[in-house]
Amino acid sequence: MKPYLSIEKLTQRFPDGAGGDLTVFEDATFGVEKGEFVVILGHSGCGKSTIMNILAGLAEPTSGAVIMDGQEVKGPSLERGVVFQNYSLLPWLSTLKNVTFGVAARHPNWNRQKIEDHAVKFLAMVGLEGDVIHRKPSQLSGGMRQRVSIARAFANHPKLMLLDEPFGALDALTRGTIQDELLNIWGQMEQTVFMITHDIDEAILLADRILLMTNGPQARVAESVEITIPRPRNRTEIVEHPNYYAIRNHLVQFLGKRSKELAGQPTPAGQTNSPVSVRIDKTETPDDPEDKRPALRAVNS
Amino acid sequence: MKLLSLNQRAALLSVVMLVVGLLIWEAAIPAQNAVGELTEYERLTGAGAAKAGVPPPSAVITKAWEQLSNPFYDAGPNDKGIGIQIGYSIYRVLTGYFLAALVAIPFGFLIGMSQLAYKAFNPFIQVLRPISPLAWMPLALFIIGDSEASAIFVIFICSIWPMLINTAFGVAGVREDWVNVARTHELGPFKTAFTVILPAAAPTIVTGMRISIGIAWLVIVAAEMLVGGTGIGYYVWNEWNNLDLTSVVFSILMIGVVGMSLDAMFGLLQRRVAYVE
Repeated sequence: MKPYLSIEKLTQRFPDGAGGDLTVFEDATFGVEKGEFVVILGHSGCGKSTIMNILAGLAEPTSGAVIMDGQEVKGPSLERGVVFQNYSLLPWLSTLKNVTFGVAARHPNWNRQKIEDHAVKFLAMVGLEGDVIHRKPSQLSGGMRQRVSIARAFANHPKLMLLDEPFGALDALTRGTIQDELLNIWGQMEQTVFMITHDIDEAILLADRILLMTNGPQARVAESVEITIPRPRNRTEIVEHPNYYAIRNHLVQFLGKRSKELAGQPTPAGQTNSPVSVRIDKTETPDDPEDKRPALRAVNS
Repeated sequence: MKLLSLNQRAALLSVVMLVVGLLIWEAAIPAQNAVGELTEYERLTGAGAAKAGVPPPSAVITKAWEQLSNPFYDAGPNDKGIGIQIGYSIYRVLTGYFLAALVAIPFGFLIGMSQLAYKAFNPFIQVLRPISPLAWMPLALFIIGDSEASAIFVIFICSIWPMLINTAFGVAGVREDWVNVARTHELGPFKTAFTVILPAAAPTIVTGMRISIGIAWLVIVAAEMLVGGTGIGYYVWNEWNNLDLTSVVFSILMIGVVGMSLDAMFGLLQRRVAYVE
């Protein structure tokens, strides 16, 4: 059976300015299950944002398809909410109006009061209450702005939530708080999330699965690493978990070394470029018969 | 220790400059009248007759009081109150100006949205824009026939360019992110135009409108001097023909005051649509 969100043989090429083509990524094939929190990790320039824009419908792939819930993704839609790195709030609207803007687009037949109540509820879920919601975005801190952006996206309850490095521009402390809020709101809504990040610890804290991309050009989604740490997770407790450093080391190794080694390898003929599944679990008994996952069980010690 | 705020001190300084300026002006006037002893010949040729001199400020103030206390009297075609004259000018300016806005803003929107339209229309705009609005006057009089309508046309043609160019520039410069927000919320083209692009470009558009109204007010005076009949421009010229320099000075001041008020209105509008990124 196909996964909820299926990315099939996605290829993106741009003219390289010298008459040729620059292949950003080729034949990328992977899936995301409903309710899953998937994070994609990779170096700058590997095409993460391009994938994100294609999923959002803001860009067209050169070839390949994105199928969500049985339907091909064509153009942007309310079913795919986006949280941009630079917040993308409308600066002439108040915080509340920025959220009602989205809610009104999603529910055109709701009355004003209902729209406003809904927006207020979601702003409260990210910790924005009281007078703050009547301020303009320019009067808010970066962290608060990103909260508004998250509230706007979640208030629309899209089938797929796309987060493009949402915490990239925030300081570490603020980032931590908003990560917790994100986990909280995600936990309440069973939202399918696809997120880009540079931050390994953030990825482990948030994700069910991490997709690892090799360096570009001709980047590939090389591995899919399952995060075998039970939820609910807490940043101070997960570091105690036996799998934490094993997974972390694996990711660091990949980003530090193997992302370069694996870069630029063409797809073998007739094969899709789907990522290799990696499951690292030190709590399992070695002879677990239930594990049907094929191949490559990285055992780092 | 500062007793007064910056604004108060500035206002005080303005008043001082005004008073000093008026005093110097007042004091300088008798000098031009001191013609000294007239020769017989001069007296015969009328050189010593009440010469039309630059009026002292006291005379202008008296005139202003007289005019402003009854601004709307109408005693025939050549003798109307200052209020009526300014009213005519404002009516012409606003008519021409709003017609121009009606054309320039939607059209500017269009060429701001489309690279193709922008490039295609740009040469025409660049050629038409630097033409002095008054240069259109003969053509307008010939084609339109009516002098009143021609004056309005001249206002229309001079106020269209800043609004057009600023609208196009503002619309073209709307941040891609905001347009993407509209796209991911499935807003239609009209909804996007009104809820995202218009507010985003509004400060630039209003700046264009403010420049336009300033130009329109500059041009109406000249246009009315040409077409005659009514209006503050005609009034200035008529009083010059009457050699009533007091009225000329007074109406010059009125032109300034009205122009400032028009500009202040758009300044207010500008503040309303401004936003901080």
